[in-house]
Amino acid sequence: MRKVTLVLEDGTKFHGKSFGYDRPVAGEVVFNTAMMGYPESLTDPSYAGQLMTLTYPLVGNYGVPPFTVGADGLATFMESDRIYASAIIVADYSEQYSHWNGVETLAEWLKREHVPGITGIDTRELTKVLREHGVMMGKIIFDDEPDNIPEADYEGVNFVDKVSCKEIIRYNEGAGKKVVLVDCGVKNNIIRCLVNRGVEVIRVPWNYDYTSMNFDGLFLANGPGDPDMCEDAVNIVRRQMSMSAKPICGICMGNQLLAKAGGAQIYKLKYGHRSHNQPVRMVGTNSCYVTSQNHGYAVDAKTLGADWEELFVNMNDGSNEGIRHKVNPWFSSQFHPEACSGPVDTEFMFDKFVETLK
Amino acid sequence: MKDENIKKVLLLGSGALKIGEAGEFDYSGSQALKALREEGVETILINPNIATVQTSEGVADRIYFLPVQPYFVERVIEKERPDGILLSFGGQTALNCGVALYQSGVLEKYNVKVLGTPVQAIMDTEDRELFVEKLNEIDVKTIKSEACETIEQTRKAAAELGYPVIIRAAYALGGLGSGFCDNEEELDKLAEKAFSFSPQVLVEKSLKGWKEIEYEVVRDRYDNCITVCNMENFDPLGIHTGESIVIAPSQTLTNSEYHKLRALAIKIIRHIGIVGECNVQYAFDPKSEDYRVIEVNARLSRSSALASKATGYPLAFVAAKLGMGYGLFELKNSVTKTTSAFFEPALDYVVCKIPRWDLSKFRGVDRELGSSMKSVGEVMAIGRNFEEAIQKGLRMIGQGMHGFVENKELEIDDIDTALREPTDKRIFIISKAMHKDYTIDQIHELTKIDKWFLQKLKHIIDIDEALKKCTSVNVLDKELLRTAKIYGFTDFQIARAVGLEQELGNMSKAGLVVRQLRKGYGILPVVKQIDTLAAEYPAQTNYLYVTYDGVASDISFGDNKRSVIVLGSGAYRIGSSVEFDWCGVQALNTIRKQGYRSIMINYNPETVSTDYDMCDRLYFDELTFERVMDIIEMESPYGVVISTGGQIPNNLAMRLDAQNVPILGTSAKDIDNAEDRAKFSSMLSRNGIDQPEWSALTSMDDINNFIDRVGFPVLVRPSYVLSGAAMNVCSNREELERFLKLAANVSEDHPVVVSQFIEHAKEVEMDAVAKDGEIIAYAISEHIEFAGVHSGDATIQFPPQKLYCETIRRIKRVSKMIAQELHISGPFNIQFLARENDIKVIECNLRASRSFPFVSKVLKINLIELATKVMLGLPVEKPGKNLFDLDYVGIKASQFSFSRLQKADPVLGVDMASTGEVGCLGDDTNTALLKSMLSVGHRIPEKNILLSTGGAKQKAAMLDAARCLVENGYNLYATGGTSKFLAENGIENTQVYWPSDEGKQPQALDMLHNHEIDMVVNIPKNLTASELDNGYKIRRAAIDLNVPLITNSRLASSFIHAFCKVKLEDIDIKSWEEYK
Repeated sequence: MRKVTLVLEDGTKFHGKSFGYDRPVAGEVVFNTAMMGYPESLTDPSYAGQLMTLTYPLVGNYGVPPFTVGADGLATFMESDRIYASAIIVADYSEQYSHWNGVETLAEWLKREHVPGITGIDTRELTKVLREHGVMMGKIIFDDEPDNIPEADYEGVNFVDKVSCKEIIRYNEGAGKKVVLVDCGVKNNIIRCLVNRGVEVIRVPWNYDYTSMNFDGLFLANGPGDPDMCEDAVNIVRRQMSMSAKPICGICMGNQLLAKAGGAQIYKLKYGHRSHNQPVRMVGTNSCYVTSQNHGYAVDAKTLGADWEELFVNMNDGSNEGIRHKVNPWFSSQFHPEACSGPVDTEFMFDKFVETLK
Repeated sequence: MKDENIKKVLLLGSGALKIGEAGEFDYSGSQALKALREEGVETILINPNIATVQTSEGVADRIYFLPVQPYFVERVIEKERPDGILLSFGGQTALNCGVALYQSGVLEKYNVKVLGTPVQAIMDTEDRELFVEKLNEIDVKTIKSEACETIEQTRKAAAELGYPVIIRAAYALGGLGSGFCDNEEELDKLAEKAFSFSPQVLVEKSLKGWKEIEYEVVRDRYDNCITVCNMENFDPLGIHTGESIVIAPSQTLTNSEYHKLRALAIKIIRHIGIVGECNVQYAFDPKSEDYRVIEVNARLSRSSALASKATGYPLAFVAAKLGMGYGLFELKNSVTKTTSAFFEPALDYVVCKIPRWDLSKFRGVDRELGSSMKSVGEVMAIGRNFEEAIQKGLRMIGQGMHGFVENKELEIDDIDTALREPTDKRIFIISKAMHKDYTIDQIHELTKIDKWFLQKLKHIIDIDEALKKCTSVNVLDKELLRTAKIYGFTDFQIARAVGLEQELGNMSKAGLVVRQLRKGYGILPVVKQIDTLAAEYPAQTNYLYVTYDGVASDISFGDNKRSVIVLGSGAYRIGSSVEFDWCGVQALNTIRKQGYRSIMINYNPETVSTDYDMCDRLYFDELTFERVMDIIEMESPYGVVISTGGQIPNNLAMRLDAQNVPILGTSAKDIDNAEDRAKFSSMLSRNGIDQPEWSALTSMDDINNFIDRVGFPVLVRPSYVLSGAAMNVCSNREELERFLKLAANVSEDHPVVVSQFIEHAKEVEMDAVAKDGEIIAYAISEHIEFAGVHSGDATIQFPPQKLYCETIRRIKRVSKMIAQELHISGPFNIQFLARENDIKVIECNLRASRSFPFVSKVLKINLIELATKVMLGLPVEKPGKNLFDLDYVGIKASQFSFSRLQKADPVLGVDMASTGEVGCLGDDTNTALLKSMLSVGHRIPEKNILLSTGGAKQKAAMLDAARCLVENGYNLYATGGTSKFLAENGIENTQVYWPSDEGKQPQALDMLHNHEIDMVVNIPKNLTASELDNGYKIRRAAIDLNVPLITNSRLASSFIHAFCKVKLEDIDIKSWEEYK
């Protein structure tokens, strides 16, 4: 394995070895504290442009499942059609794996998809640096070749546009109620959760104007990057809300777009929430949920319009975890009720949404 | 919100430590009591285990050293009138007792509310049928047995369940007639056999080779649920989880598998209605996502203690708060102090639990691991990779292993069988097999251990092979050295691999050379925190471990010499258990109170000393010389306490001293003068102190000459043991020869220590604290049994009740001389033999002994606090009180776990066999003895007693007691010699026959099987290793049929006199503070 160095924006260096595709790369360095689920995370389009650090040190243990496609047209075991993270950074990569459903090693997959992966990094120390400084840009360079890789940008880049579908895709056609799903970088499991509840899903590009389409509900999906880059999408949502009270639900980026459409502002978290153990509380109740999260930006709840209120809050740092409209069936969550990866405790969000369609 | 009506709460402890129920409940109970006290709730504790931390001053408001049994608990409830009761913090003992109190209406009668999980939910999980029904209601799969009465039915059942299946004969002990069947042909054969044992045969789906996975789940009364931790067994299903190596978090589960089981666990806990904590155990198919629920424990358990330590999430503390009515969202994360307790810990390390067995202590025990638990303790190792964690863990279990590799060669005839039929040595057999080029697939085939674990173990082998290729330490590559350290190799393992040990002829020197080398390369360990959130939030946590797999430490080290390191006691094992945890915790408390920063190093997840609240810094790490030195070099402490953790830290004295470590208290040199048999002996002789004659001998002739002089019996201790017990008493030449042949090589290199064995002598213990050679405080206690029963198994009374004043005076005089000679500063213990007024010294330890908590609590003088002050160099006053001022008696009785140890002979000897103890107080010896005997599982017999009272002397000694029994209306049944002896002395009895008297009636064994006997007194004729004889069969049957058994005449007499004189109703119900 070739020796590599991870260089952060502030000059901090970590030395390790390359186990993935041998190519220098730059991106935003983020950390994720989930203890499993690397195939799901790597294929989550929300990680586009990011070097994903896993704090759990042992990675690769169960290999990689096959890239099969189910009857619904979705990858059976993955969250999209390919790896979206720019690289993966781990402490102790497992060169061999053991699992009945594994068909290749993580290294083989990364190489096939031309994604760098590095191991031997003290990911706890790296996480502490990111925690203290906030997320930073960084690059992985090979010790035996000159560092000539251009700096990457994260802020100011419209990653949603890069990962969104370009054309309309329909799932479960003719099933019944129709849901327009705005693809900002949607994870497959959001589609599965909707399809499994017997609705037809019409997946549209992030900036597609669906307002004149015939549908029963609108679903705003997750996606990478800065929601302020998605003004087009926000404007379309706003138009939709002004035209009808049809149900709207959102997840992650969807929560932020809905909030923006409702007049609220967005800010960037110091180092984001990327984990499977974020506690949220439903406002005004004693009900709490362990949630899966992956976001770097958050809704500033103080700026919500008078017609809106907070639906969930984060029990650790008090940040917004969801909003709802006081009158219309419009609600969203910052966390990922579709999980994949992560705990499945909040899947009821899909039930609630599908109920409102009736 | 908190229930404000609950102002006084009774907590039930778990009693004596036994296999399957050990120190983890001291930890859970202590945490619960802390949580309640924080709420201003008055706490009452019932627990006869006097050596625990929870039964210490300041932990509960009132403590009752009484049996955790319905009768006694009711009496305490009647007296104390608590508002609430906690049942789930004292293991199965407390749970069973609580359920009985609920069912008999006692709780309702006194209006005592069960806090936390309702009793109905407990019963739903305890009763197999109710449990299966309950889970059926929510379509959760359990392991089902189909009861069949014909072969036809078994075939049908097997076909429905799907092969392979297990069949077992119902109501058959010891698994008679059970086995696996892969097809109908095999089924037919086995079923026929099974029907010959029993009219009913059970057919179950075989889950052989399935993974075993556990989840620890918490639920509050608002229905909020979290899973704090999941754990994966290294050993597949079939080996009890207490016998298995366990890894946290799971390593081989995908996201979908992990969350499928997690969601099921939450579904189950909601349906059952747990409020607090429970654990869910699954069998999980390694080839699909199929699963079965094995069981649910509706209480804190060994696994929950492990999960608490593995994650830093204090399950017992939180469960107690939830029992008080709080919601999880109202509590804070105890580690970060800022984030919510409603969350699931994210680990950024891997944890490995390894059981500790002591099977060689038991004669005849079955060594194969299976569905019942035999291990007596466990360790938990933390690493940044699996290899590091498991190598640390294998060192921690303290059985002379240096890790996964570079151990003493194991002698195994048939590796395949040894892999297929697991014993306590299995992991080392895997190491051997890998060195012998067995492939991972082969080993997986034989063991069914997941290949991922085997791949990681193979990685250790690969590094080891690379090291071995280095012909000398001088050519050892720096990167290889670093790799080896990262993957958990010690300096010593590396030294041995590169041949340095052989070159220098000395283990510790070789290790030091590697240490210097790697320090020169800058290969140093770092210290990481366990912070529950994988560094996501800043945490001021003091919960630490050491690793080489990292580039920076999470903490900084001041050099102000204001910290004191206390070395803990390691894994619980026979001879070293919760009592040393108590000592360690008392030392930590004292150090803190005196304004020093306290630092603990220990790795036993079952302890209170490894609760990060107990000290300023907790290193959950090894107690090897290397690791202790690493920590000392980083912390540069004011001093190190090595005398409160038993023998493990004590053994480090000389090596630490050689590195100029500031050892507090008695100097290493003096420790060595006490530990070295020859030095100690000559010191005694110099001072005219008597001791049993002994000699280290290197030939059979020398041994014979020695015995000619001192006579039989003799105690024989070989220095090199091939198999079996390390120590034995031999009464004649034949026995001696047999033992030496079986056990040892006698040679120049391996001398045998032979000592005169003095019979019919009393054994007396001196526990004391000295300062600069002068005794400050002491406690003299007396064994009820005569010498020959290990002091750890003996029943001990304090203050002494039957010692001559002259004996006591002499013991004090001799102790004073020894303290002076060895310049003792700190705790120490001396064991004496006393016959008439002659006293002989048999052992001296310059450290706290097992009996320190017992005597401290009876005397109400904390000897460890005193000793710690002495070691810190603080002024101390001699306590004004002495043992003759006490108006009450304390009796310490031993708990045995023979019922768990199939086939082991439940007889006591010079090697310790008990797994725990209790200590009870009473107004007189009889009541104290009754309380403590009842606490360790004896019962006052109803009517029938079976006696076999051994040799002439024991028979005579038991005569009075036998008469007493008859006078009190008991029926005596006695075997041949005993019956005759009793009759000759006018004591009415019925003769029963030995198993070897075939055909004669009545047979002793039949009476036992028919439950006609309430108590068995069976005294072996002498102390030699008995064969599988008559006595063994009766003793073993008593254990297997749960009939109380006593094998010592002195103890039997005392117990019989006690229950004949004192009735159950007359036993005083007093709390500790009421004994003044």
